Amino acid sequence: MSALTPKLMKVCMSNFSRNLQQRAAVVLAGLVLFALAGLVFSGITGSVVIPLADMPAAFADLLHGEKSSLAATLLDLRVNRAATAFITGAALALAGVMMQALLRNPLADPYVLGISAGASVGALAALMLMCAAWMVDAAAFAGAVAVSMMLYLLARRDLRGGAAAEGGTALLLLTGVILSSACMALVTLMLSIAPDSRLRSMVFWMIGDMAGAPLRWMPCVVLAAALIFAVRNARAMNVMALHAEAAATLGIRVGALRKGLFFVSGLLTASAVTTAGSIGFVGLIVPHACRFAVGPDHRLLIPAATLAGGTCLMLADTLARTIIAPEQLPVGVITALVGAPVFLYQLHRLRK
Amino acid sequence: MMISTHQLRLHIGARCLVDNLDWQVRAGECWSVIGRNGAGKSTLLRTLAGLRPADGGHVAIGARALKDWPLADLARQRAFLAQSRSDAFAYSVIETVLSARHPYHDNRYWEGSDDHAIALRALASMEVEDLAARDVRTLSGGERQRVAIAAMLAQDTPLLLLDEPANALDLAHQVSVMTLLARLCREQGKTVVMVGHDLTLAHSVSTHALMLRGDGRWLAGAKDQVMRADILGDCLGHPIDIIQHGHRSIFIPTEETL
Repeated sequence: MSALTPKLMKVCMSNFSRNLQQRAAVVLAGLVLFALAGLVFSGITGSVVIPLADMPAAFADLLHGEKSSLAATLLDLRVNRAATAFITGAALALAGVMMQALLRNPLADPYVLGISAGASVGALAALMLMCAAWMVDAAAFAGAVAVSMMLYLLARRDLRGGAAAEGGTALLLLTGVILSSACMALVTLMLSIAPDSRLRSMVFWMIGDMAGAPLRWMPCVVLAAALIFAVRNARAMNVMALHAEAAATLGIRVGALRKGLFFVSGLLTASAVTTAGSIGFVGLIVPHACRFAVGPDHRLLIPAATLAGGTCLMLADTLARTIIAPEQLPVGVITALVGAPVFLYQLHRLRK
Repeated sequence: MMISTHQLRLHIGARCLVDNLDWQVRAGECWSVIGRNGAGKSTLLRTLAGLRPADGGHVAIGARALKDWPLADLARQRAFLAQSRSDAFAYSVIETVLSARHPYHDNRYWEGSDDHAIALRALASMEVEDLAARDVRTLSGGERQRVAIAAMLAQDTPLLLLDEPANALDLAHQVSVMTLLARLCREQGKTVVMVGHDLTLAHSVSTHALMLRGDGRWLAGAKDQVMRADILGDCLGHPIDIIQHGHRSIFIPTEETL
């Protein structure tokens, strides 16, 4: 190998090494501030606006567990809902990043393998049979788990990596797409035979809706555990995204990593879908936009997309409940209406 | 002994490609694997790299069988250049090369400046240092190949397994890459096993050759014992002429008589 020229050496030291970490810190700090600003914004806005001046007092009331004033009561409701939206959006974006790394395809999203379609079948069956709310959630979760298990059994070969599947996850992807369309056929069947009285709630569940989704600890735990898993494996995900099967020659246990990504992203998707129905576009667009803005390095992309996904869904939900207040729109409508043009714009700017 | 195979058998479907291969590669040797398309050259290399299991017998690196090595230790022993690669994401060239330093940091989240220095040196040795910030998906085929070889050099292993390293390279870079590989063997005692189709180039840089017939038979030895006109012609399916030019041997296919 030839010796480094002094100029090159200087470029190397100043450009890459320390700057990488500084840039990551700045980006993440910015996203945290943005998320907090989003939380305050969604606390203020609504059919009744809380003046900014009343906010500190209302926050203080909340912290002391008192909900005496109108401002404090409204704030409690809104902040709870915003936090649920944040957790759901963050879970979807993180699942999207993991699914894209697993399939080595930037167009994958958490729903591509049919996990959410499985949840839809479960939830809609429960809604049609007029079950209680907790049973709808349980049925959605069970549907997601059932599809994941079927996928795992049918596409074990791709997930294990190595001998049979050179560089490809085509079997996994195809199996997922087919299972997904089979589930969607069941969904259509149920929608066509459901009594009119149940139809509205079924359609709202399908689009994805935050109204009446309480803040629960389970999705928070799932998100935290998944984030720890993803950050610990961020380096390995980079190597696998770059080298596919040959990542094994760099010391990556490709089979174990693939299985881990599959199960953790499946669990995230199941928990998000159970909370708020199948909200589209967040899991596809947020990872995409973040990759465009901060680069594909998973060490920064994972925390960045998680924060950005949460903030995006929180803001979209604020829009959904204010845009034609006091009527509320399902948040899935907003994410799709805003997401589609943003995605197209980005795609075409990239092509130039 | 750097790498050796013991009664190695390789199958694709029902077809037996390599049978009973007993083969030893010592440190500092540069081996070329020769054979027709589908003779099992890549399959052999992937088996040596541990990317597919042997269908019989076993591969050993050093004194230890391949399957007894922890993956992380193995990644510091041998590097593998795949025949082709697909880039799904917009990683930069420098990130691609830095990813090859993965086996050296179990406990680090970010690379250190030493890794950057090694990566840039590897890029410089492949004459692609100017592309460091480029998106790998925008490179030409030959540039991408040189970046891949640079990543392999940055992995800094004693054993290098290369599947068609001269693929897509222009004439000048074919020669410079091959010369670099030969020099690594000679001066740093590295061991190279590569697959290639250019017999002249293979002969000029290799010390040894392994010929695969594709039906289980094989022939291994010093390059002048294996790369003989009669053997090559028989094995490659077309008669070969060898012309001496100074100290070099030029291999050309014999012209068909019309």
